[in-house]
Amino acid sequence: MNKTPPSRILFNIYVAIFLAFMLIPLAIMGGAALNASRFPSVYPWKGFTDQWFIDLWNDDRMLNAAKNTVLVALGVVCMAVPIGTAGGILINSLRGRSRSFLYGLMVAPILTPGAVIGISTLLFWNKFDVPAGLHLSAFGQVSYIAAYVMLLVLARLQSFDKGLEEAALDLGASHAQVIRRILAPHLYPAIGAGALIAFFQSVENFNVTLFTKGTYDTLTVYVGSKVRTGITPTINALALILITITIIGAAAYEVLRRREESRQEKLRELAREAEVATEAALLTGATETA
Amino acid sequence: MRELVRRYGLTLAAVFAGLTAFWLLALVVFPYFFLAETSFRHYLPVDQLGGPNDTFTLSNYLTFVSSSSTTPFLFLNVPIHVYIFIETVLFSSVVTIITFSLAYPLAYFLAKVANVKTVPTLFLLLLIPLWVSEILRSFAWYIILSYQGPLNALLGVFGLHQVRWLTAYNGVIVGLVYTYVLFMLFPIYNAISTLDTNQIEAAQDMGARWWQIHRRIILPHSKPGVASGCVMVFMLSAGSIIVPSLLASPSSRWFTEVIQQWMFESQDWNTGSAYAFLLLLICTIFVSVMMRLFKVRLADIAQ
Amino acid sequence: MSEGVELSAVCCDFGDFRAVDHVSVTIKPGEFFSFLGPSGCGKTTILRMVSGFISPSEGEIKIGGQNMRGIGPNKRPTALIFQNLALFPLMPVWENISFGLEVRGVDKETRRAKAEELLRLVDLPNSADKAISQLSGGQKQRVAIARALAVEPKVMLLDEPLSALDLKLRQHMRAELRAIQKRTGVTFIYITHDQGEALAMSDRVGVMSQGKLQQVDTPQAIYNQPANGFVASFVGENNIFTGTVENVAGQMGTFGTSVGNFTAAIGPGVTRNSAARLYVRPEYAHLQAAPAAGNSLPVAVENVAFEGNFINVHLSDAHGGARIIQMRNDKAIAVPAPGERLHMSFAPENAMILADGAGQPASRSAAQSALEASHA
Repeated sequence: MNKTPPSRILFNIYVAIFLAFMLIPLAIMGGAALNASRFPSVYPWKGFTDQWFIDLWNDDRMLNAAKNTVLVALGVVCMAVPIGTAGGILINSLRGRSRSFLYGLMVAPILTPGAVIGISTLLFWNKFDVPAGLHLSAFGQVSYIAAYVMLLVLARLQSFDKGLEEAALDLGASHAQVIRRILAPHLYPAIGAGALIAFFQSVENFNVTLFTKGTYDTLTVYVGSKVRTGITPTINALALILITITIIGAAAYEVLRRREESRQEKLRELAREAEVATEAALLTGATETA
Repeated sequence: MRELVRRYGLTLAAVFAGLTAFWLLALVVFPYFFLAETSFRHYLPVDQLGGPNDTFTLSNYLTFVSSSSTTPFLFLNVPIHVYIFIETVLFSSVVTIITFSLAYPLAYFLAKVANVKTVPTLFLLLLIPLWVSEILRSFAWYIILSYQGPLNALLGVFGLHQVRWLTAYNGVIVGLVYTYVLFMLFPIYNAISTLDTNQIEAAQDMGARWWQIHRRIILPHSKPGVASGCVMVFMLSAGSIIVPSLLASPSSRWFTEVIQQWMFESQDWNTGSAYAFLLLLICTIFVSVMMRLFKVRLADIAQ
Repeated sequence: MSEGVELSAVCCDFGDFRAVDHVSVTIKPGEFFSFLGPSGCGKTTILRMVSGFISPSEGEIKIGGQNMRGIGPNKRPTALIFQNLALFPLMPVWENISFGLEVRGVDKETRRAKAEELLRLVDLPNSADKAISQLSGGQKQRVAIARALAVEPKVMLLDEPLSALDLKLRQHMRAELRAIQKRTGVTFIYITHDQGEALAMSDRVGVMSQGKLQQVDTPQAIYNQPANGFVASFVGENNIFTGTVENVAGQMGTFGTSVGNFTAAIGPGVTRNSAARLYVRPEYAHLQAAPAAGNSLPVAVENVAFEGNFINVHLSDAHGGARIIQMRNDKAIAVPAPGERLHMSFAPENAMILADGAGQPASRSAAQSALEASHA
């Protein structure tokens, strides 16, 4: 769109402000982890310290909570990925009313408040005398995280040529082989992304976990409780670690993405050259390498 | 169904169907059903369960509207839980409107104005806060807005008066907007990016001004995205627990806090589930209103 | 080695719509057989029934004498070349080709060797490790063919494989496909809407319209002795005259039209009361200054189209009907000019009176049929 320079500048300013709005709080969060001030702050600056990281390391309850969180997250990944993938494949082969109905049912948990999911999960499994605990947290989280996986898989399936399945069948493959060699490789990016998203969504979940975890500690709830009891910048230390991991992850993703893009571009270039060579060969009457 | 079997064979189709059934039944449908059912039952000690007192009742819902403790509002004495509920819905709507105003221009920029090569990078930058946990993000604002925080310090540098930021619902609103604005941004971005740029250019060619283009062409096209974003933000705000509790002030209470009280302090799961059901109800109503208002179907939620 | 395919009264219904209507034909082993027809005539449905992706609603399909009912596509001795090729994008060329062997449990070395051998057969040496996305259209074609040949099918099914290629490449690939078929001796069933392709490559052609087989014959017979009006108008160009059958005497008859009465050969099943039309190919009609004995009608030259190795002269007759004459680009013969008044004549044995076939619209001018017959 041909935007006149003044409005373009305005947009750029807006983007910059927005980005600042998004990222500065994180900087402050992280910065407070290094400030030797008992109340988390970046001003006044009282000098660099690693005290809070040491405290974090020594906080056994925090470490235990972290361990529990990772356990739940792994459990969620192991359940949500197969379930979401199955749901995506199932929905993809349906049409019309049954498709819309099932789709609505699958997406509903995403639109439901976490508190409602947590309480209903608690009540349901309680009827079967299953007590609250990490497993219950996993179940509650899976109900909506599987939907995210399903959406990713479904989107990826849109770019899948059904003819490939038929070609494989036609060449003699069994159904299992078709899935293993043709469909699954195409879905790996979506499944990988789904697993990653499932893991991180589980780690950062608070609402569902709050009602279902019973007496176990999980990271988010423990941090939440600390806020009530007494704040020290150990929380900031934790935040800084998470922010750093995220930034490293984001940077790695960006590098990989750029590399893949240039690889695809190179392949397209080769195809174009091959077409030109074919044209030339035909015009001069040569028969090979066409 | 037949298509599924035809494509993948009987065993695999059964596996797919089975997993999906487990998900939808055991993790979604039945729990909600039990939530509703429990909300209509009395809160009883364990030994009385299944006994003569275990009947259906509306008493849990009546507690909601009971006048046992009220708060004055205008000229009425409103039951306090109702008051909190209304305030929650009200401020969640405010948050929705604010996030829309912030996100829409940016979504438009990313979809139509920005250089295509920079968009993925910008997205990545925007996504970073999302990966850092919600609670830590709320905590960041707690630090910023606190009386001893950097915002007041900044004001102090300019010789301005220190302000007590965390009064009434201010902190909660700011926190909710910050935490959930991205959930408004992405659906709208997706919707606008499917608009054929030629349409905008055609409109310009015919002499339309920028606000006319937005009102008549871009906004209508992005209705599904706007609806989706509004639904997400409202639901997340109304159901948010951390942000309102962290950034609260003495005069602000959020509905979810009341639910927590019933569930944990009183251990009254029945009334708690009734209130949770009310929360679910308002969210469902909001979704329906949005769908009707924007003439949008449920199949328009994506991220 | 290869086997024949027999269709017996095969029907295929999609709800109320009958896509294939009682098609019966026996395709011989080692034959190159084409199904020719316009879009929607049912030829793709037939192919998918033979390959096993659709089951016929009625009738039987036998391959090599064995009834295929209930046998899935992965168990039939057929290999299908899809219209969009359906090459597996995430596998290199050799893995694509040897996929059929891989799912049969053949070990990696044997598979690789076989893939290389097939690549030589289709004239693509040194391409084993290339990615699919770096190949040209023609190269992808060959990989698809090699992939199908790798499973040593008894019957090869080809779904308009050349439609996405440019003209020159298409003509080159026609010859290639025919050569490969002769070399391997596999039964080829080929479907296309391009009659030039079908006529050039096939041993026999089955012309289809609206789900019914109109005629099954050699290319020459299809062209020179069309069984009905549809075949005559779909294959090649034709001058079509509407009118009534006046008289039938043995092999010949007279046909009365608004521009004159003509003598012509009688087609199969034509009687005094048949709904029929008169067909004259443009290349059999001549232009003369004076009316000739026998079949002749006055015409005016509308337009002369120089098409390279022949010239199409567009005319209009006394009632405004559009007619076409095709003359070779022979420097010795004068080309008529627009506006000239001449006479169009043709020999009785070069004209045919044919009954209407399925799917023929009420009245088609020669220009319309010329347009449709030259799909390319």
